[in-house]
Amino acid sequence: MIKNPKRANGQITRRRLLKSAAAGAGLAVGSGLVKGFPTVWAQNIKDVKLVQVGGSYSAIIDIGRQASKDLGFQVEMQTADHDALMNRLVNEPKTIDIADTEFFAQYYMVGRNIVQPIPVNKYKWWDKTVPIFTKGEYPDGRKVSAQGTLPYKVQYLESATAKTFAKGPTDLLSGIPTVYNADTLGIRPDLIKRKIENWSELLNPEFKGKSAIVAVPSIGIMDAAMAIESRGDLKYADKGNMTKAEIDKTIGILIDAKKAGQFRAFWSTFDESVNLMASGEVVLQSMWSPAVTAVRSRNIDCYYVPLKEGYRGWGSCIAPMAHLSGLKLDAAFEYLNWYNSGWQGGFIAKQGYYSSVPENAKKFLTADEWDYWYEGKPAKDDIKDPYGHLMEKAGRTRDGGSFWQRMGNIACWNTIMDEDRYMVRKWNEFVSA
Amino acid sequence: MRPAAYSDCSATTVTMKINPQTVSWLQVAPLTVVLLVFFGIPMLLVGAVSFFDYERWQIVPTFILDNYIELFQSSLTLRLYLTAIKYVVIVWAVTLVVGFTVAYFLVFHVRSLTLKMGLFLLCTVPFWTSNIIRMISWIPFLGRNGVFNSALIDLGVVQQPLSFLLFSDFAVIVAYVHLNTLFMIVPIFNSMARIDPGVIEAAHDAGASRWRVIWEVVLPLSKTGIALGSIFVITLVMGDFFVVKIMSGGQNATVVSALSTEIASLQYPPAAASAVVLVVIVALIVSAILRLVDVRRELTG
Repeated sequence: MIKNPKRANGQITRRRLLKSAAAGAGLAVGSGLVKGFPTVWAQNIKDVKLVQVGGSYSAIIDIGRQASKDLGFQVEMQTADHDALMNRLVNEPKTIDIADTEFFAQYYMVGRNIVQPIPVNKYKWWDKTVPIFTKGEYPDGRKVSAQGTLPYKVQYLESATAKTFAKGPTDLLSGIPTVYNADTLGIRPDLIKRKIENWSELLNPEFKGKSAIVAVPSIGIMDAAMAIESRGDLKYADKGNMTKAEIDKTIGILIDAKKAGQFRAFWSTFDESVNLMASGEVVLQSMWSPAVTAVRSRNIDCYYVPLKEGYRGWGSCIAPMAHLSGLKLDAAFEYLNWYNSGWQGGFIAKQGYYSSVPENAKKFLTADEWDYWYEGKPAKDDIKDPYGHLMEKAGRTRDGGSFWQRMGNIACWNTIMDEDRYMVRKWNEFVSA
Repeated sequence: MRPAAYSDCSATTVTMKINPQTVSWLQVAPLTVVLLVFFGIPMLLVGAVSFFDYERWQIVPTFILDNYIELFQSSLTLRLYLTAIKYVVIVWAVTLVVGFTVAYFLVFHVRSLTLKMGLFLLCTVPFWTSNIIRMISWIPFLGRNGVFNSALIDLGVVQQPLSFLLFSDFAVIVAYVHLNTLFMIVPIFNSMARIDPGVIEAAHDAGASRWRVIWEVVLPLSKTGIALGSIFVITLVMGDFFVVKIMSGGQNATVVSALSTEIASLQYPPAAASAVVLVVIVALIVSAILRLVDVRRELTG
């Protein structure tokens, strides 16, 4: 013993370690943290690290932290804006484990088999998911507008290597729906001083030099199309998939408006849109829900105005990348199940976004928060953001009302058109006109 | 291969005389390697991709001229180049006048060497912050409710805020001039500092006015600096898309803006074709400048 103390110590340590590891694994299994894993994997599951890359509104570091805590393996969140994300997914797919993209990106992702499908039986919330995603319908059976990329259109696959989407429900999901929302125009009621009810106001000369649209071509052109259709210049067969002639006419109208000085700016980041509105450079523009709240948090009145023609909807999904297999893939499926089990839904609800499994999110919201965000009822108490900062004062009702008042009135969805190549060229003409 | 073999010999036998040709080869080797690896090969790849076809989700390696045909047939291309050239010409003229004046003042009017170097360093102070911060700080300054407009209204100069100050060509040019003038000052300062004061005195003694001295003595002798500064300013403005995007509020675009929109939409082949055309055009401009001014002779002379 004296001769070889190191070895003796080593044995003791190892034995102690084994013991505590077994206890730890037992505890983890016992507490139900690690479900569905053979116990032999429970020991090395903690070495797994999943990297999720997505937009800043969805790949939120707090969600990764909570997932790591609940699941016993590490989830790392990285953010990238849409363009950077698409380029990275296509060119460096192995640096990503969980792709977090808008649904229309699935045309690229599935077309190139960058992500792998999720068998429905590996995902436990599918029958509790909002029917917009599972059936393309509202609960009352009405069909959701299929203009643009209605998530349902890219939701199901026939086979694991399919490059196109199934017409109806199958046993394979192309991704798990996560955050989504209904977008509309943001306005400054204090500077406009009258009711705004139609998209056509975006092109109304009354707001000459004081309106703005988002500079992302595929989304900006949809907002423009909503305005043009509302003004009555043009009736689109599908605003989300315009013909070349429709693109020409749309861009023509936009160029005329631009030359007449209608637009103050085309914004491309969240901050730009907030600053344009807060500084009063712009009184009416395309906007995202949290940007409206960000303006209001500076004590400047801003309203996410519900319009008669409806909203432009968007939705994100997450999917495991094609290169995942074995333990890592199992961890990924476990993570997808965790993702919509409620914590994340509660978190993003407080930023104004919806969960695809609202009944799970509800468990992580107070009754007052649920009523404000989902039911469209006046807040009894002050509404706080996920970090505990004041967001809305007691008594306020959510702009646009309840979940179904907002999501029940989607006119078109963010998308990528068949004539994308042509549209991007024309958009460049518009910007340089 | 031969130069490499020679160099091995020279390394082993120190006394052996190195072939002068080998020395030249060795001298240019590092730069050649850097240029090949970081410019030559990427450029070749971009050139190759510019002939590829593409679909929504993939690049198709083939050989087509469509990307170039589309580029040259589109009126957009011409418009983008005209916009870029408009910015280049205006920014070049303003930075040249400002750069020349500042350099002239520093070299000929500031007598103390310490003060001269102090003021020169002062010119570089704004460059201690990032480009983006320097540019974005113009936005609250020039906005409708910005500092400048508020001041004008308070002074009673205007009744309504001036909108053209921000998100306009004016704003783009202000930012470009602010960002790029130093690149004009430094080389011109350098050229002027080499002018023999005796030459200027001689011109004065011969009865030349101050303007005539500037025009006929200082200006020709600063040609190298002007040429180098011009190359910096022109290539920086031609290659930019960020300044124009932010300062025009996304309402104007240059060649690179269109190219970046294409890359963002994963349309690599047409983006590669515009990149190749842009490189050729910038190379032509630079070679034209170098043809007008023999930078090499003036630098060594």
